[in-house]
Amino acid sequence: MSLLVVCDHDRGNLSEASLEALTFARPLAAAAGLELAAVVIGEGAEAAAVDLGTHGAEVVHVASHPVLTDFGPEAWGETVVQLVHSLGATTVLACGTDRGNEVVAQVAARLDQPFVANCHSVDPMGDGSGNWTMTRVQWGGSLLEDTTLTADVHLVTVAHHAVEAAVADEPAAGILSAFSPNLDDSLVRTVVTDRVVLTKGITLSTAPVVVGGGRGVGSAEAFAPLEELAAELGGVVGCSRAVTNNGWRPHSDQVGQTGTRIAPEIYIASGISGAIQHWVGAMAAKNILAINTDQEANMVTRAGHAVIGDLHQVIPAITEEVRRRRS
Amino acid sequence: MRILVCVKRVPAPGARINVTVDGQAVDAAHLGFTTSPHEECAVEEAVQLTETHGGEVTVMTLGPTEAEEQLRYAASVGAHHLVLIPIEEVDWDPQRTAVALSEAIAEVETTDGAFDLILFGNESADAGGFQVGIRVANRLDRPVVNGIKGIEVGGDTSTGVVSARREIDGGFEVYELPMPAVLGVKEGLNLPRYPTMKGRLASKKAVVATDERAADVGGQTRVRLHRPVEQISETVILGTGTEAAPAVVDLLEELGVLP
Repeated sequence: MSLLVVCDHDRGNLSEASLEALTFARPLAAAAGLELAAVVIGEGAEAAAVDLGTHGAEVVHVASHPVLTDFGPEAWGETVVQLVHSLGATTVLACGTDRGNEVVAQVAARLDQPFVANCHSVDPMGDGSGNWTMTRVQWGGSLLEDTTLTADVHLVTVAHHAVEAAVADEPAAGILSAFSPNLDDSLVRTVVTDRVVLTKGITLSTAPVVVGGGRGVGSAEAFAPLEELAAELGGVVGCSRAVTNNGWRPHSDQVGQTGTRIAPEIYIASGISGAIQHWVGAMAAKNILAINTDQEANMVTRAGHAVIGDLHQVIPAITEEVRRRRS
Repeated sequence: MRILVCVKRVPAPGARINVTVDGQAVDAAHLGFTTSPHEECAVEEAVQLTETHGGEVTVMTLGPTEAEEQLRYAASVGAHHLVLIPIEEVDWDPQRTAVALSEAIAEVETTDGAFDLILFGNESADAGGFQVGIRVANRLDRPVVNGIKGIEVGGDTSTGVVSARREIDGGFEVYELPMPAVLGVKEGLNLPRYPTMKGRLASKKAVVATDERAADVGGQTRVRLHRPVEQISETVILGTGTEAAPAVVDLLEELGVLP
């Protein structure tokens, strides 16, 4: 029997998140005595399938069908369901990205099975009565929930960034196996019809440096010095929910539970108090420097480094110092 | 257009979330409650769509009787009809919730006609199961896409297509769904309006229809909630005011982020 990992790719470019899912799945498959298999779906899937053996996949199923031109949650979900039936798979796992959670939820709806999203740990030995036990994320990561799963097919996602992707100690065979699902043409109804690229280059979720501003910045115009510092450091500007609610910045700049999760080398958080909503989006940053007038602010007490002071003076001073050292 | 929005009442936490002694719920003794943020935007979007195209907005919630407060809030910003599916437990699991919601929706549709669009939040702020909307769509046999941050319905709603945008890194994907359709939306779709005084007063008189539902429990069972172990690290204060700048840049150099 197999544990099937759904691997996401963007037109042939495998996502790092898929490798996290495989890394998480390896010990789980071993503990549950399951063969580790992967599935990649649609155009470009073959290119994405190549390296999965090094991450532990014994078999990589490459699914293709005329409907599968680009991502489509229903078509992907139905493909996985048919593969589950064909393999007799007892577990489906993906990384808890937007796509991963969506596809596994589609599988769950179609199979009428429970689905546990965003797990940190999964124990197939569970409670001793055949149920699996797991710890999953609530409130975007500020709470954890211990839960039991009673299911014929175990459907889970692993929280993004919960594990670091790593190759297997012993590479697996990674044998490619073609799979042709039988898809109804009507499923094109939720396949991507167009893509629009707005920004090329670094974005909030990939930037090595994020300069964040909160309510303390005070206005849309007052973000200019933050922009300047970000530009000096090859980074981008982010903001808190208070800022987008005030209309000072577009929502695409929002860091937080309902915005973007960032993971930069350093997050410079200025004028941000650090409510749960914001913190869970920022906590994956490798280093945090808080700039705040309030030494007791949540962001300051949780940060590795802090400057106590007014961001309107401190930020330009940092920019100036960066320029001085460079010249 | 006939639009349904499904919302969830959730606690509004500040900087720290506490758990009740039995580990079954968030300790809300000192917290207010709110509509889950994605769904607040869903209500706003539905109201805007009916302002443009005509029609009515129904808002439905499954939750404690106190969730009436969130329904009335939706009425205060423009929703026309309110439906409460009361439960006695703290929360229902996703499968159970989806069964109850889809049966309640089917019943409303039998009497009043199909909804052109059903909006859910992408995930609830508290439980974050990422699945109820998808399960409901599947039960009602309708197309569904999650993660939507832009919705357009052509001037001619009779063509029956809704164009939906989903944010991806550095851009967006476009989906064209035939209606009736279901969308899971995200905050950023719009900036929700504040209720007017007139809206607030009217919402007090709005009728909340109660729809008692029973459904079997699903296969996911909560054992307990707990707070993750926090890495307690001493904050290194690099200085006060502008004089801290050299120490900050030293740190940036040390981290190798100075280009």
